[in-house]
Amino acid sequence: MDTLPLASGDAAKPLTPAELRELYSLMVAVRHLDASAIAWQRQGIIPGYAPELGQEAAQVGSGYAVDTTRDFVFPTYREMGVARTMGVDMVAYMSTHKATWHGGLYDPQQTRLAPIQAVVAGSVLHAVGWAHGQTLAGTADGSLGVAMTYFGDGASSQGDVHEALNFAAVMKAPVVFFVQNNGWAISVPTERQVAGGSVAARAAGYGMPALQIDGDDVVAVVEATRRAFAHARSGQGPVLIEAMTYRRGPHSTSDDPGRYRSLDEERDGAGLDPLERFRQRLLAEGIADGVFFAEALAAAKAEEEHLRIGIQALGSRPGTEMFDLVFQETTPALQAQAANWREESEHV
Amino acid sequence: MSNSILEGGTAAPVTAPSTMMSMQQALNRALDEVLAENPKAVIFGEDCGRLGGVFRITDGLQAKHGEQRVFDTPLAESGILGMSVGLAMAGFHPIPEVQFDGFAYPAINQIVCQVARMNYRSRGTLPMPITLRVPSFGGIRAPEHHGESLEALFAHVPGLKVVSPSNPHEAYHLLKYAATRPDPVIFMEPKSRYWQKGEVDLTRHDAADGGGSPTGAKVMRAGRHLTLVAWGAMVARCLQVAELAAEDGIDIEVLDLRWLKPVDAEALGASVRKTRRAVVVHEAPLTSGLGAEVAQLITQSCFDTLKAPVERVTGFDVPYPSGDLEDEYIPNIDRILFGIQRVLEYKRG
Repeated sequence: MDTLPLASGDAAKPLTPAELRELYSLMVAVRHLDASAIAWQRQGIIPGYAPELGQEAAQVGSGYAVDTTRDFVFPTYREMGVARTMGVDMVAYMSTHKATWHGGLYDPQQTRLAPIQAVVAGSVLHAVGWAHGQTLAGTADGSLGVAMTYFGDGASSQGDVHEALNFAAVMKAPVVFFVQNNGWAISVPTERQVAGGSVAARAAGYGMPALQIDGDDVVAVVEATRRAFAHARSGQGPVLIEAMTYRRGPHSTSDDPGRYRSLDEERDGAGLDPLERFRQRLLAEGIADGVFFAEALAAAKAEEEHLRIGIQALGSRPGTEMFDLVFQETTPALQAQAANWREESEHV
Repeated sequence: MSNSILEGGTAAPVTAPSTMMSMQQALNRALDEVLAENPKAVIFGEDCGRLGGVFRITDGLQAKHGEQRVFDTPLAESGILGMSVGLAMAGFHPIPEVQFDGFAYPAINQIVCQVARMNYRSRGTLPMPITLRVPSFGGIRAPEHHGESLEALFAHVPGLKVVSPSNPHEAYHLLKYAATRPDPVIFMEPKSRYWQKGEVDLTRHDAADGGGSPTGAKVMRAGRHLTLVAWGAMVARCLQVAELAAEDGIDIEVLDLRWLKPVDAEALGASVRKTRRAVVVHEAPLTSGLGAEVAQLITQSCFDTLKAPVERVTGFDVPYPSGDLEDEYIPNIDRILFGIQRVLEYKRG
């Protein structure tokens, strides 16, 4: 499905060989970090993690279209690849999985990435509000800041997603709704989750252009997202992209996918690994060679090692922050509780 | 919080220091001034634009300040609150309205999980200066879901502040104060008092207290024998009760709590240490209501001086009844007088 008018200008430009190689490097980095995070959980370095094996193309490709000088991204808890692509400090990002601080230690205003969000669909509405703020603030034609919000096939069942799509369409807010349909909402497959065939099909009901794309093809994802951004940036309103992908492995490190699908089913459903698929394409087109792939892998391994050390070095936040960060203007009751806590914890 | 209403940037040039107006007019004037003083303030909700809100609190504001500053949203409360979060993240000061208290329930997820937590989650980098106006409480014979008392629910949520005005003067100043704060404030407007007129001193908020804090409770009537603690519409009723009791020689102090979170424990303690007896009056159901919190705060600071346990006169643990039974549900003068009597006649076993 593609109901978005074809874009012109920058959004229509084909990716350069350098950009294609950069996309591959990012995908390798994300793949390795993802695999490492699972290992770290098994080793007790972090208590939990939400893997995204197989979603690298969807995440890297969409994140690649973001202009961090003016756009803002609203993630859920499974957008590590987007964060990495946007250049977020990954120790600060992973701190949420280390149980250091809900939402992570990165600065959302500086990184342009909203805090990690466990209430799926909750932040979809925030994107609409932020985007409407861009309209209210007013900018030169064709240069609106765009909000991109991520959610999945499971979250699309939430009322907030409906409210967000409706609000955005009514207000012509510059929002890109990026749906990663990874086939599963924990144990429930898409056909038991999404009525009407697809999330993209729903967009028509809101009078909103939509694209259903191969979410495992990173080039297709970049191109679709750039087109959607161009549309929203020029004041033509929201766009919905449904990237069809597949969540290999478990929903989280606490999940047991063996209870709801077999490994054979997973292999059949997942199709070709998006990373391997992209590698073959780059090789076939002569854009990259064995040396490049080896270097990309080595860089990813070095990064992973660097991040592990950083994450292990992360100490707990001082307990005072528990009280200090509730409000901008604290309350007497909170001050009293903090004083009490300090006094009693010093006696332990 | 700062100690002076003037520090909030709310000092408006006024010619007449004191004027008679209804609470509806006072709130409308406050919003008008907030929009004029803060270019980042935006008002939105269901029907608050062209119609001026079902209670006309935003009457004329869209015409005066434009459709960008005051606008109608689709009919979806979660959307209104979720949108507020995003607007706050973009640097605006949203002043959303949910049309009636009972319609805050569909937005509870956004209020509790998002509005209240975003400052904390983001380590203070994404403040939520959201003033949520909620026409609240009963007393107007409205249909179901149009007369709820949600203060305990809101006050229980970390990250929210809750305030309720009792008269036009308080409405004007508390709303102006709330709408300049950097934290989320739930502003509970007693809809049964919207049309009651009163003197509004536009220049001085706490003139009666000699310039007390805008975040504190306020003694509305000084007395010696017993403290009635109330907020919202119940303050006026308690003042009536105090006048009736005075005929019997009982001198009652009426404390308008104003802020339901944070509760002004100091003012509570000061009043009850003087009178040594207290009755809390609220419209909300009894069990786990805010009266329990108030009673505990009093007990903590006044245990030695209390002559009797703190009494509560409240609504009942029933769904809010139909209009015909409303007068049975909301604490009336007789029930408050019985509560006072129980405290005055209490004998230690």
